[in-house]
Amino acid sequence: MAKQGIENLFSDTHLDILKEIGSMGTAHAATALSKMINKKVTMPVPNVSWVEFKNVADFVGGPENVIVGLLVSLSGNIQGMMMHLLAVDDARTLAAAVLGQPNTKTGEDKYVFSEMERSAIEELANILVSSYLGSLAGLTNSHIKPSVPFMSVDMANSILSIPAIEYGKMADKILFIESQIAIEDISSTGCFILVPNLHSFYRILRSLGVE
Amino acid sequence: MKMIVVGMADLNVTAAPGALTTLGLGSCVGIALYDPISKVAGLAHIMLPDSKAIQNNSNKAKFADTALVQLISDMEKKGANRRHLKAKIAGGAQMFAFNATNENLRVGDRNVEATKRALMMMGIPLIGEETGASFGRTVELYAEDGRFLIKAIGQGIRTI
Repeated sequence: MAKQGIENLFSDTHLDILKEIGSMGTAHAATALSKMINKKVTMPVPNVSWVEFKNVADFVGGPENVIVGLLVSLSGNIQGMMMHLLAVDDARTLAAAVLGQPNTKTGEDKYVFSEMERSAIEELANILVSSYLGSLAGLTNSHIKPSVPFMSVDMANSILSIPAIEYGKMADKILFIESQIAIEDISSTGCFILVPNLHSFYRILRSLGVE
Repeated sequence: MKMIVVGMADLNVTAAPGALTTLGLGSCVGIALYDPISKVAGLAHIMLPDSKAIQNNSNKAKFADTALVQLISDMEKKGANRRHLKAKIAGGAQMFAFNATNENLRVGDRNVEATKRALMMMGIPLIGEETGASFGRTVELYAEDGRFLIKAIGQGIRTI
């Protein structure tokens, strides 16, 4: 079955269900984030789609655009990884909001994050990803245990090579669940990529009614 | 001069004065081959070590073993002689500071090892490499002289 790639097993209905998972997860995350930074946070409906490897960075400003990637490894009934992507400027804005300090770095300097800034962003990602996974666990009746997030600041293609390689084992495309986080006064975008291993993908598919 | 962009899980060949590039290699490996006599160059952007370990393996450019065979064949069609070929490689980084003993996350190292093994099997000498570490790399390969440029964020340009 996997000869053809798992992307062919998903109908529009399945993508709609994944969109709903993303929507519920990000809604919970918005509430948590709003409390943390004391600002109004909203999350529009996410966009879910399969993207070819060669176009994998189109969503995030192109292959060489420098972005912030946060990787969480998943254990429990659903195993694999989850990635959260942020624009560098947005990550800086969020870190500044959490730490209550102004964001002053520009140029190449802005790619270098302090320990405090990294901690703030990793904690944010932890909340967002945990909320998201809570929805997924509920819908698929699974237990999912996320690791702490690991952060990397580099070219989009380089960061996306990690989920792309995992998807490469089972497909010729990668599943993007693109969700926005809009903070009062700031427009900030984020993107989630869920990367279950092959076994766990079948579990999710089965729970969505696919055999 | 025409610069051909090679995508992720993709490969391409060109003759002088052409050039090939692939953008933002992370844990993937860029395999650059060059024939100094015919001035034909080939570049592959592989994602996984071994086609035989995966069921879904129809895209040859995705794997170190099958990409190399395809790349050599395509270069020969452009006039290269496989006995003249030399190789340079880049990439195979570990992008996230996860526990390096986790097999899934050591994929960069495994891609580099598999690439070297495949080159040895095909009898192609590896004359330059910049692999490992924890940062992404963009590479450019020039068919005119086989020079291989490597760029990383905040690190300038190196030529091997």
